[in-house]
Amino acid sequence: MIDPLHQFAVSPIVTGTHAFLTVTNQTVWTGAAVAALSLIFLLGVSRMRLVPGRMQAFVELTFEFVQSLTRDTAGKAALPFMPLIFTIFLFVAALNVISLVPHSFAVTSQFATTAYMSVLVLVMVIGVGFYKQGLHFVAMFVPKGTPWWLLPLITPLEIILFFCRPFTLAVRLAANMVAGHVLLEMFAGFCIMLVGLKWLAATAVFPMLMLIAIYALEVFVALLQAYIFTVLTCVYLNEALHGH
Amino acid sequence: MAVEGVTDLGVLKALGAGLAAIGMVGSGVGLGLAFGKFFEAVGRQPAMEDRLKTYLFIGMALIEAIALFAFVIAIMIIFVI
Repeated sequence: MIDPLHQFAVSPIVTGTHAFLTVTNQTVWTGAAVAALSLIFLLGVSRMRLVPGRMQAFVELTFEFVQSLTRDTAGKAALPFMPLIFTIFLFVAALNVISLVPHSFAVTSQFATTAYMSVLVLVMVIGVGFYKQGLHFVAMFVPKGTPWWLLPLITPLEIILFFCRPFTLAVRLAANMVAGHVLLEMFAGFCIMLVGLKWLAATAVFPMLMLIAIYALEVFVALLQAYIFTVLTCVYLNEALHGH
Repeated sequence: MAVEGVTDLGVLKALGAGLAAIGMVGSGVGLGLAFGKFFEAVGRQPAMEDRLKTYLFIGMALIEAIALFAFVIAIMIIFVI
């Protein structure tokens, strides 16, 4: 009766001549999230005042939050990368939050979407690492103070861990989103099933209350996952900029 | 309960996926320990919070990676193999 994984199916809305021209629900909701973000931020900076209004205060607080996060985690040298980090944070947060609108589509639950972002981070980290540190960047695979006889064991492990990073970064976000939405759908399904029982229909209140609580938790998780994605990007960037 | 009577591969797949998900237990314990110790440390020395938070997130990424590997293996057993 309940098919909790059905909501993650990507279905075409407008079929194009090529696969990459096809408009799916994924495209539509990504566009909606980006449009909402752009609207909020354009409104926020359209009439700048010394004493900010609501919109401007929201934009400024968000920016300062990510800026201090970047500075604390990756140091002052990471501030030139602020545009990318800020974009990643806003993009993930907006997609996570908009997926909580009923009948919308959880874009970040698609592994392909999150994998693109995390592979971008990996490529950036490798590029920045070799640009800033040169060949010394490779030294991060050899932790300081390792006995020489452990090196053949540690170095491959460090290399494997390094290339697992984008994978875990992507799966963490996608799995959290999938789990949250499955949970929401399960409890919504319980409500519907209990309403179907004639005498016990009133008991549907309990899963309904749980549903509201879980929904509130999911709003928190949506923002938390965006924060974690951003922090880990900064941590990886820190290693590329300053060494291990 | 004769196992040799099981001809439906789906049953064994579901069992295998469930067994593979046991690997998440250790990660759960680890996350609890890491966060508990973090709160303890910040309670003792609140000035260190920002430094510790960075290390916490690095550690959390490593611990959670184990759970994610278990999750992926479970998903692979169900959908890929």
